[in-house]
Amino acid sequence: MTQTRNLINENGKRTDGRTIDELRTVKITVGRVKNADGSAFIEFGKNKIVAAVYGPREVHPKHMAQPDRCVLRCRYHMVPFSTDTRKNPAPSRREVEISKVMREALEPALMLEDYPRAAIDVFVEVLQSDGGSRCAGITAAAVALADAGINMRDLVAACAAGKVDDKIVLDINDTEDKEGGADMPVAYMPRLEQVTLLQLDGKLTPDQFNGCIDKAIGGCKMVYEIQKQALMQKYFGNETELKEEIQQ
Amino acid sequence: MHDVKRRYVIPGDKIAEGNFRPLMNVIKSGNALIATRIGIAETGRDGVKVIPLSGVYIPRVNDLVIGKIIDHSSLSWEVDINSCFSAHLPAQDVFGRDFSPARDDMGKHFAIGDMITARVMAFDRTRDPMLTVQDRDLGKIPTGELLKISATRVPRLIGKRGSMIQTIEQATQTRVLIGQNGIVVVTGRNPEGIKLAVRAIRMVEEEAHTANLTQRIKMLLNVPDTPPQQEAQRVGAVDASKPGEIESTIDEVEEELEVEEEK
Repeated sequence: MTQTRNLINENGKRTDGRTIDELRTVKITVGRVKNADGSAFIEFGKNKIVAAVYGPREVHPKHMAQPDRCVLRCRYHMVPFSTDTRKNPAPSRREVEISKVMREALEPALMLEDYPRAAIDVFVEVLQSDGGSRCAGITAAAVALADAGINMRDLVAACAAGKVDDKIVLDINDTEDKEGGADMPVAYMPRLEQVTLLQLDGKLTPDQFNGCIDKAIGGCKMVYEIQKQALMQKYFGNETELKEEIQQ
Repeated sequence: MHDVKRRYVIPGDKIAEGNFRPLMNVIKSGNALIATRIGIAETGRDGVKVIPLSGVYIPRVNDLVIGKIIDHSSLSWEVDINSCFSAHLPAQDVFGRDFSPARDDMGKHFAIGDMITARVMAFDRTRDPMLTVQDRDLGKIPTGELLKISATRVPRLIGKRGSMIQTIEQATQTRVLIGQNGIVVVTGRNPEGIKLAVRAIRMVEEEAHTANLTQRIKMLLNVPDTPPQQEAQRVGAVDASKPGEIESTIDEVEEELEVEEEK
């Protein structure tokens, strides 16, 4: 990838006015899809994404069922009006790939062996797209899974980092993704300190790679706090701390 | 009663550290006890558990469930119990050991579409749950208004020692049958009473985790409010209207269901 113009100005500000360590505004609301067992709506910069979780439920077709664990099925999809030129609603090669990596990013956090012979379906629908929609999708899906009451070892938070103007920056937006040097989406389980998704598009030196992954994990931790708050808000309102009362 | 410490948790939260026994929805990771569901964590003397606030119904042995007959083979009925596993009611359970598919007519007892109350006899997740109707008050439900609520709200709907459901039943002159799987059947002579009971049950479902729910239900039902102390004495419960709590744990509910049946 060759960069054609400067994406960071002399004041160290990026195209959307952020510094290199700044996350876009992230807003998560839980339980927006009433029909689903669990759901979340995320606004990650200009991304607007709905995630809905159904299950554990019966597996159809039946031959897909696993005798020892639950089947996790993910679908990532962009609606035709999510981009400025119409997007064909048929699943593209890119969407099939993202569905797969998303499933693999969420699977380690779920205790699928608790629900043998059942299936959990995760639907991620991108209503408006910006850079980093897979990260936002994973973040929303993890919250929706927690909302659905599925046993989880940890939440999964995702955030990208990348290279712009030879600098490592956090949370790449659409312009930086297209015109910048590298894009590295990372999904991370904060308590277990494990990475569940690591992709890289572009070229990085080993040092840059290490810097990039550290920065992305830092971003994931920030996203995690927002996920936590969103879930607390839905279930416990503003009263996020139950007084550690002692009952006789 | 032993001391209980409570706190709100989400999946991945550390509840406690040390030598505790993980009970419901808790895993042990190293020395720490980690919550696996959203809910209220309780640290007691016998271990640590999380009372979940969301989730679908997963059958457990001895649960009282309400289900619908959806199919039958020559040896058993298939029952939809509002779960990811459909349950089986063996014909032998109804006809006795000498059941013969050639001689006995299964349609005589249950038809497809019938609602039944049953108890989960066996379930280990490797096979579909097995039901039984061989107990008092189990079997076909002839009539009633059917409701579906989240299975996690069932303990709240019953309340401590059945206080919530008793309040609703008495005020609306109805009989409310609750399955652990979240299916509720309301029966009664007076249609207005049934309507009111349904409204009250819906309110419990929506506002299950909020404070002073018992009071608000009483207001909806126009029941004179008794002070908490008196009420506690009346239902023989410990602190029945303490605000901001999910009042019962699943284990308590089992006792309560038994109380329900005896009533």
